[in-house]
Amino acid sequence: MSFINYASREINCKIVYYGPGLCGKTTNLQYVYQKTAPEAKGKMISLATETERTLFFDFLPLALGEIHGFKTRFHLYTVPGQVFYDASRKLILKGVDGVVFVADSQEERADANIESLDNLRFNLIEQGYDLDKLPYVVQYNKRDLPNVISVDELRRDLNPTNVPDFEACATTGEGVFETLKAVAKLILMDLKKGK
Amino acid sequence: MTTSNMVMYEEEFQELNKVIQRLLVEANAKVIFLVDKNGQLISGVGETDRFDTTSLASLTAGNIAATGGLAKLIGEKEFSILFHEGEKDNLHISIVGGRVILVVLFDNRSSLGLVRLRVKKSSEELSTIFERLVRKTDEKEKKGASEFPFAEITDDDIDNLFS
Repeated sequence: MSFINYASREINCKIVYYGPGLCGKTTNLQYVYQKTAPEAKGKMISLATETERTLFFDFLPLALGEIHGFKTRFHLYTVPGQVFYDASRKLILKGVDGVVFVADSQEERADANIESLDNLRFNLIEQGYDLDKLPYVVQYNKRDLPNVISVDELRRDLNPTNVPDFEACATTGEGVFETLKAVAKLILMDLKKGK
Repeated sequence: MTTSNMVMYEEEFQELNKVIQRLLVEANAKVIFLVDKNGQLISGVGETDRFDTTSLASLTAGNIAATGGLAKLIGEKEFSILFHEGEKDNLHISIVGGRVILVVLFDNRSSLGLVRLRVKKSSEELSTIFERLVRKTDEKEKKGASEFPFAEITDDDIDNLFS
C-alpha cells in the first residue's frame, strides 16, 4: 500500500525481500546501501541477533529521484528467513507494494526455497494479498558457488508464472540492482494503472 | 488488493499539523510524529531535525506491529498505547483511528500523566481528520477525479530514476 502525499509531493512504496534463511536478503540490501549515493539513502537498520542473523527485519530507505515533480521513495525491508520466525514475517508483509523472492541456488537449499515460497504465498493470503497480483520478481542468488542447480530447473520450481527473474551474486553485487529496478518498475506501473 | 493506497491532501495535512503542533505545546513535548501503520512518516513537529525520522517511523511501526502480534496471542485486539521510559527521554506511542500511530517524545519537563491526557484529547480530533481523508480519497476515486501524478508516467521516467 503506497502512501501518496500531495502536501509534501512524495510517494512512498514498500518492497519486501523474502526467501529462506541465509539466501542473501540482507546482503542484497547491504550492497544497495554501499552503492547508493549518500544523499539518496537513509540509515540502514538491521534488527539482528549477535550472530548477525536477522531477528525482525532490515530496513533501508531509498530516495530515487523525482517523477513529474513527486519525490519517489522506496522502503526496502527484509524478513527473517529462519522458519521459526514466521510470526515476524507476517507482520513485515503488511502494507507491501512489491516482493522480491531471493532463492538460494545451491542444491541443498532446493527444498528450503520451495518451502519459503509456499510460506510467502500463504502469509500474503493471510494479509489479504495474492502473490500473482502483486508486483513480484525472483532472484536466483549465489550463482558463483560450485554446487548450484541450473537456472532452468530453479525457474521450473520457483517461477511457474514467469515473472521477471534474475541471476545474482549478492556479495559481488551482480544482479542486485537489476532485481531492485525490475520490482520498482512493476510497482510504478501498477500505480500508473491506479491500483 | 484489500486496502487502498493512503493519500494525503494539502488541506488535511495542514489540519493534522495544527493539531499536533498544539499537542506539542500543551503536552510540553519535544517532538511529535504521525506515522502510518506501514512505517511511512506522515508528519512531524518540534525538534525533528535532531532525529532520523525515517528510521524512527519504520521502527515505531515495527514496534506497533510486534506488540499487536503479542496482543492477538493473548486474545486482545491490540495494545493501543505503548510507553517506553528512558533515562532522559520517553516515548509515548498510541494508535489513532485504528490506522495511524501518534508518537510523542518528551523528557522530565513533562509527565506521563500530562501526555496521556493531552494525547487522548488530540486523538479524537486526529481521528476525525483521518476519517474525512479516507472519505475524500474514496469519493475522488469513485468520481475518477484523482489527479494522480503517475498516470502519465513512461518507461523512460522509470529508467531515469536508476540512471
